[in-house]
Amino acid sequence: MTQPPRLYRAREHRMAVGVAAGIAEHIGVSVVRVRIAFMVLLGLSGLGLLLYAAFWAVVPLRPGDTATPPRRDVAQLLPFVVIGLVVLLVQMQLFDSVGVAGTAGWLVAIIAVGAGVIWHQSLPERRWQNSGSLPLPWLSAVVEETDRRAFVLRFIGGGVLVAVGIIGVAAVYSPVQNMDAVINGVIFALVGLAGVGVVAAPVLWRTFNQLRSEREGRIREQERAELAAMIHDQVLHTLALIQRNAADVKAVQRLARGQERTLRNWLYKPTASPTERFAAALEQAAAEVEDTYGITVEAVVVGDRETDERVGALVAAGREAMVNAARHAGVQTVSLYAEVEPDQVSVFVRDRGVGFDQETVDDHRHGVRGSIIGRMKRHGGRAEIRSGPGEGTEVRLILPVSGNGSTAERDR
Amino acid sequence: MVEQSAETTAPDDGRLRVFLVDDHAMFRAGVRAELGAHVEVVGEASTVAEAVARIAATGPDVVLLDVHMPDGGGRAVLEAMRRTHPQVRFLALSVSDAAEDVIGLIRAGARGYVTKTISPDELAAAVRRVADGDAVFSPRLAGFVLDAFAARPDAPVADPELDQLTNREREVLRLLARGYAYKEIAKELFISIKTVETHVSNVLRKLQMSNRYELSRWAADRRLV
Repeated sequence: MTQPPRLYRAREHRMAVGVAAGIAEHIGVSVVRVRIAFMVLLGLSGLGLLLYAAFWAVVPLRPGDTATPPRRDVAQLLPFVVIGLVVLLVQMQLFDSVGVAGTAGWLVAIIAVGAGVIWHQSLPERRWQNSGSLPLPWLSAVVEETDRRAFVLRFIGGGVLVAVGIIGVAAVYSPVQNMDAVINGVIFALVGLAGVGVVAAPVLWRTFNQLRSEREGRIREQERAELAAMIHDQVLHTLALIQRNAADVKAVQRLARGQERTLRNWLYKPTASPTERFAAALEQAAAEVEDTYGITVEAVVVGDRETDERVGALVAAGREAMVNAARHAGVQTVSLYAEVEPDQVSVFVRDRGVGFDQETVDDHRHGVRGSIIGRMKRHGGRAEIRSGPGEGTEVRLILPVSGNGSTAERDR
Repeated sequence: MVEQSAETTAPDDGRLRVFLVDDHAMFRAGVRAELGAHVEVVGEASTVAEAVARIAATGPDVVLLDVHMPDGGGRAVLEAMRRTHPQVRFLALSVSDAAEDVIGLIRAGARGYVTKTISPDELAAAVRRVADGDAVFSPRLAGFVLDAFAARPDAPVADPELDQLTNREREVLRLLARGYAYKEIAKELFISIKTVETHVSNVLRKLQMSNRYELSRWAADRRLV
């Protein structure tokens, strides 16, 4: 025994949603006749429209058709307008547009057109994507958040419906020509709306809270994953390297120091681009010296500013001074202090190492003379070197700058 | 919980009595081992409540205080102890060198701030200096202070008269930030070490009152308003 053929809405030959075409196919008559029947029924207080809507709501779309979503078609908007107008005309003809029936007719017409517009404006592929989670597939056109235009449209449409509803209630139930009565009706309608709002508020609030806590949980989870990735990529690898190089004190110190700096920057410092900011550039230079020579550079930078060619030269000279201290001073710690003032930028590199006598440095050694003193001179700054055997060394680099571009705050 | 077997309540020799507050048992053990030769560690605590109770019970000279702990951190300990035990001095010892942590603890009343990478000898020296009533400024802390007091036209300044550092204090801080020791600063500026210490103490005093709330309380205490 075969299943009796089920009633489906058709996709082909349709004008609105395929109800008429589906019925026509099901009972084997022409589509035009079914449509005429609907139109006739429409005259009986809009029965045809109600039937059509009922069919629309309960009759499923033919399975298999969903694979080819319908293309957006302005012509499909036409039936809604036609239906609304016809309902209006019929109501005016039959009831002279007075009383409850007249008002209801207006309402039905407006709702029909509004629903049609919303339906038409929602994207064709979006109309069906929620059909699994919603009891009625076309509801997705109403509840789904789409683009801004749809939102505005819906907002205006909803507002018009509410306003029309309130005025309708007022007009129907207080047909006297008394403004007070109308106002009272409106007020009671507002009270009704407020009541609905009060009833719905806890549910809305709970939903909102659930969504928020879910989102917060997701963000936390994301941060945790990021931290886990960071620890895996860097900390664990560094610890493994330290275990393998446990005998090499220098290597262990270098690894630990580098890892400490990375973590510290990651935890406490917003990073800035070393090519743009002076403090970031200097700190990067200090980090490179630390990594290359296995020493500690105690960097303190007060203030910050944009870099340019001259400030870049200052950073390079400071880097050279740190390299010299790391190579020749024979110490584990070098102090780096930089200060950005409105009229000058200064860098001090100090160690407490062996020191040297500047008179005894050979002429062919270019490290100090060329890379530090000469470089600073070329860019309009000056360099002083204070050192003596056994007293350690301090290199002072001063670069006068103009006021603009300089900031005293660390707005990195 | 860690065993408190070494805890004593009375000084038995001339050594400094030091208390450790840190929520990492490993770190406490490490500091205890490093400092053991120089000072007497009279107790340890891993939480704020425990610290408040035990510091009151043992009465140490110096408390080494961690910044980040559950239930309030070092600041909560400081605020709980400062009024009742003004003779106890606090030295912040933290792995964090974020400016707000450092300055926050100093404002709460710590006499100095060193990071956990400090060498054992330097830490012992810092403890001794704090016990003697001086402030301990690491180069980094000096840098933060200079940063905080740097001339910023748009930043809120509580009270220029009290807030601003004098030129001399600024100079001392700059040299500190450059890695100079107190002795070297004295030599550089042709002043005595005592004067350097006075300047540093003044900076600390100004730091602890550098917001409006502190200032108004300070003024009210002295019946100035």
